[in-house]
Amino acid sequence: MKSGLKSRLGTQNRTLWFWVFVGPFALGLGIFTYVPLLWSVYLSFFDAHNTVTPDVSEDFVGLDNYTSMLRDDSFTDSLLTFLVFSLFIVPATFALSLALALMVNRLRRAQAFFRSVFFLPAACSYVVAALVWKLSIFNGVRFGLANTLLGWFDTDPVAWLSTTDPPWYWLVIVTARLWLQAGFYMILFLAGLQRISPQLYEAAAVDGARPGWQVFRHITFPQLRATSIAVTLLLVINAFQAFDEFYNLLSDSRGYPPYARPPLVYLYYTALGQGQNLGLGSAGAVILALIIAVVTIGQAKWFGLGKKEAA
Amino acid sequence: MENAVVRVGRALRIALLIALALLFLVPFYLLLRNGLASEQDITAPDWTFFPSELRWSNVTELFDDPNVPFARSLLNSALIAVATTLGTLLLASLAGYGLARIPYRHANKVFYAILGTLMVPAAVTFVPSFVLVSTLGWISTLRGLIVPTLFSAFACFIFRQYFLGFPRELEDAARVDGLGYWRTYWRIVVPNARPVFAAVGTIVFIGAWNSFLWPLVIGQDREAWTVQVSLSTFMTSQVVRLHELFLAAAVSIVPLLLVFLVFQRWIVAGVERSGISE
Repeated sequence: MKSGLKSRLGTQNRTLWFWVFVGPFALGLGIFTYVPLLWSVYLSFFDAHNTVTPDVSEDFVGLDNYTSMLRDDSFTDSLLTFLVFSLFIVPATFALSLALALMVNRLRRAQAFFRSVFFLPAACSYVVAALVWKLSIFNGVRFGLANTLLGWFDTDPVAWLSTTDPPWYWLVIVTARLWLQAGFYMILFLAGLQRISPQLYEAAAVDGARPGWQVFRHITFPQLRATSIAVTLLLVINAFQAFDEFYNLLSDSRGYPPYARPPLVYLYYTALGQGQNLGLGSAGAVILALIIAVVTIGQAKWFGLGKKEAA
Repeated sequence: MENAVVRVGRALRIALLIALALLFLVPFYLLLRNGLASEQDITAPDWTFFPSELRWSNVTELFDDPNVPFARSLLNSALIAVATTLGTLLLASLAGYGLARIPYRHANKVFYAILGTLMVPAAVTFVPSFVLVSTLGWISTLRGLIVPTLFSAFACFIFRQYFLGFPRELEDAARVDGLGYWRTYWRIVVPNARPVFAAVGTIVFIGAWNSFLWPLVIGQDREAWTVQVSLSTFMTSQVVRLHELFLAAAVSIVPLLLVFLVFQRWIVAGVERSGISE
């Protein structure tokens, strides 16, 4: 009897201690993630301008916010902007970071040096990168590094950020992000490369595979499958959340141009801009969250994530 | 013959690496060059590699400029980054340890509820989070800038994974000596888990220092601007002087470069062990 009591007390003790350790974190996460999410869903059914506590009987609009959001060209354009952006940035970052990892991995000396150099931009903010890109490299028509370089080849200067036809601003936006994030994904690929067994390469050499493309295609790349999936998923999710560089590269003292607004920039201006339309903004956030969930789950399914890998 | 081909290939690869490395360093060079140049040198139609003169006086000019609350925003960013890092390490490591090591019937459900928030991209919740913080009356306060960012499911996940793989023998010895969960954690586990604290701490610090959207939304008053928000505001206004702007940006990355150089190997190890690429 006594030992039964003791073990029961012991169990309660464990439960108590579990919540002492986990409780503060779980409570905070609940308040600052779950509550805002639910509140957002609630707000999305109301005509809530400038208020977070709409009048329940007067301001209820049902699904109107959702239908007007989906019919709003600016919102669908912002989704299109994301799509175009990710079509540029995902393959470009993937290819560059994989190439860097392959080259750095084969270095015998100075590996740490090159790894640091390529990883260094990861310590920079998008704001700082946007500043350098906008006001030093791709600056106006008259000056800037890029136009100076073009001048050496007798090419006409380009107004990088203020022309939509041709859309040179894409080059500016994509290169800024490429510089900032390639090093981080290079580290992921390096980690993946180091896990490949050397015996596989020895076996390939015995079978007569030539070093270089053949080995890469038949050994290295297939062995990097899991890393490649993780990198692609992270790249797409991060592209969806693009805000900092768009906001800083394209807006000026006159405001933000009507083109190249990814979803978050659009939501920022809808919910917190002049109209302070929090109901509409919340509906947009819910739609965006659903799209991200569908894309992420769809991608994971498509890649066969979670299935056991064939040996 | 074969040897020569291999050697040429290797030389080409190294030349390409060096060229790419230089390209990656160009933006850092531009920050420094423009920060120490005169306004005319930055906007000159004929761009030159070196500015016509190095103006170290730009530094005092930047910090003395009454139109630019730069020192204040540096202080804000430092307070926020340090508080966020310490708070996240404390909360997430305790939770991670509890989830990994204290047996509780519903531990898995709690873990999945935490993990689930990773699926919700943090940026998507900025509208409702703004709503919550403004309801609490925390707009433009350090509280509003720090507290909501302290509960990182990512950090908690990393700690849990790390503690799951932590050798049990050490803790068992502590238990035999009569230490409870609390003292075992502080006296045995934390001192032996320094690498993961360094890795997560560095990642959180860099993230907090560089974060932009949240401080932009919450830090509305000039007094509450972080470094990133003031840089952005100067960039889109026409009154600020360019060399001050570039110098401010250069100064803003110094703390990160220091943290980064000291803890770089921890980040790499942290990323490699996070299970992200397994």
